[in-house]
Amino acid sequence: MFKEEELERISKARLKYEEGVNKATQRYPERKSTFTTSGGVPVERVYTPENVKDLDYVKDLGFPGEYPYTRGVQPTMYRGRLWTMRQYAGYASADESNERYKYLLEQGQTGLSVAFDLPTQIGYDSDHPMARGEVGKVGVAIDSLEDMEILFDGIPLDKVSTSMTINAPASILLAMYIAVGEKQNIPMDKLSGTIQNDILKEYIARGTYIFPPKPSMRLITDIFEFCSKHVPKWNTISISGYHIREAGSTAVQEVAFTLADGIAYVEAAVKKGLDPDVFGRRLSFFFNSHNDFLEEIAKFRAARRLWARIMKERFGVTNPSAQKLRFHTQTAGCTLTAQQPENNIVRVTMQALAAVLGGTQSLHTNSFDEALALPTEDSVRIALRTQQIIAYESGVTSTIDPLAGSYYLEWLTSEIERRAQEYLDKIDEMGGMLVAIERGYVQQQIQDSAYAYQKAIESEEQIVVGVNKFQIEEKGTSREILKVDPSVGEKQIARLKALKERRDNVKVKETLEEIREAARDESINLMPRILDAIKVYATLGEVCGVLREEFGEYKENIIL
Amino acid sequence: MDERKIRVIVAKPGLDGHDRGAKVVARALRDAGMEVIYTGLRQTPEQIVATAIQEDVDAVGLSILSGAHEHYFREVIELLKSEGAEDIIVFGGGVIPEDDVPSLKAMGVKAVFGPGTSTSEIVEWLKNAVHERRTKERV
Repeated sequence: MFKEEELERISKARLKYEEGVNKATQRYPERKSTFTTSGGVPVERVYTPENVKDLDYVKDLGFPGEYPYTRGVQPTMYRGRLWTMRQYAGYASADESNERYKYLLEQGQTGLSVAFDLPTQIGYDSDHPMARGEVGKVGVAIDSLEDMEILFDGIPLDKVSTSMTINAPASILLAMYIAVGEKQNIPMDKLSGTIQNDILKEYIARGTYIFPPKPSMRLITDIFEFCSKHVPKWNTISISGYHIREAGSTAVQEVAFTLADGIAYVEAAVKKGLDPDVFGRRLSFFFNSHNDFLEEIAKFRAARRLWARIMKERFGVTNPSAQKLRFHTQTAGCTLTAQQPENNIVRVTMQALAAVLGGTQSLHTNSFDEALALPTEDSVRIALRTQQIIAYESGVTSTIDPLAGSYYLEWLTSEIERRAQEYLDKIDEMGGMLVAIERGYVQQQIQDSAYAYQKAIESEEQIVVGVNKFQIEEKGTSREILKVDPSVGEKQIARLKALKERRDNVKVKETLEEIREAARDESINLMPRILDAIKVYATLGEVCGVLREEFGEYKENIIL
Repeated sequence: MDERKIRVIVAKPGLDGHDRGAKVVARALRDAGMEVIYTGLRQTPEQIVATAIQEDVDAVGLSILSGAHEHYFREVIELLKSEGAEDIIVFGGGVIPEDDVPSLKAMGVKAVFGPGTSTSEIVEWLKNAVHERRTKERV
């Protein structure tokens, strides 16, 4: 980006500066001998045009909305429309969660994000023995279409977009959403939203898998195919680095493993005969926003550029919409401290700002009390207000990608891309992401980073304010936290029992058998059959039960 | 001190998939010279107790971030009792509200480590707790 002559002048000036630094540091040494990003990328004292001399503006940065989308996926970004403010919420039964959603919408939230309880995520009805003690705890319990009808009661599905954090049983929850839409007279091609549907990171980092990889990939590509035809505005997957980072990865590993998962999905769909120029438009991503402010901004930009290059060069995609990495961000839950929890409001603010400066399409800001329990209504409101203050008061939304051109940021963007590409090459050499996961390579890499981070905290090389430095005595500061009504499990079981007595059990049985038949025959798309079963009130546990019988269950590859 | 290495299970009961903390703690205990059995995800209380007895452990550590801690600690402790193994130390950690700690301790949980605890604190505590248990056994 700079002329030779100019670089020479800078180089000379640098020598003079360095002499001065040497003198100064002899008397006053710097605080540390080496500085790195939180992910261990070495950071120099100062960056100049010399560090970005190979950068080609048009080729590597370009303009917003243009390849390789380093500066953003839309031509006007937040000048046109702000990001979607989407708080992940859900607890107890559908009734309580419905109330929370209505509250959030009244407060100015612009999209919904459903948290399901663990039995729902792992395909058990509330009355299953494995569900004991877990019903309604980390999200809402959904057993059948009836619960889903209650969950969205009074919320017009053509007016909101809904994101659902559901993976192994994603087809079932999507089918329920479509069925609720039909009852509201909204056809499925008008529905917009996202299902997470990212099973690979469940094996790596999040743990709510059910089936082995092969049938799981088939369920996912069935959804790609079905939605391409019938639910065109739906994001069929949210390829997630969030949980990989929460499990302890570095920023570089987050980008690398997420995009490696993405490559595996695209390859599976192409193998099924689907066109990446079509299904590629509905792939979306989900990243973490962690503490290292500038590293995070660089990470988002690097991920966008790298994905665009992968789609174009590796998969030959020409449709710009299928080259764009659109993403949701959540601030890093693992950075929240139980000690002096109010400090978390500040952490979340900086993480949210990094996501905005990184060009996110939607954002969840964590509540300050989440290291203690599920958030209260008050703490969720503060979290949402944090986004609104950034959006309406900070001024950062007036111009696109305002930190572009910073020598450090551009250097770091390229460095993260380069290091992520090294991982991608290594994974390719192993035979792809499925093999790398099977061998435990990815899990081991993440765990090593997590352990190194913990050790750095314990040696105080990494300071966590209020935890290993600046502690205060906090005894007796009992604060209000949200408690899930312990009777929710019983209520849910009673509702399920009543439903099973009321519904047409012959039809349920028939539709379940049709699912079984499709499960055995890969040429039949499972989605329409699941939809049929859901509509006659077959339960989530029943559908997953049939699929468990046909597909078997995944057994964890324990890596320590 | 004691001749036999400390044997401990680190377990993830129930459906919760958050295993970062459990694995970091398991590794730290191992690095501190203990024999650590890490169970992996989705263990039922029955499986955990069966492993504890079969492996003749000194302690069982449960990691729970799903809010289901009351349920799982109670089940594990009751099952240990019914197997006559109530002398095995039960401890744990995760996202567990401070208000819930007294009732967990009342049911027999020896220590609860919240977010931000250093692994060296857990190592020291466990060494002392096991030493005390073995001293009692000898008496």
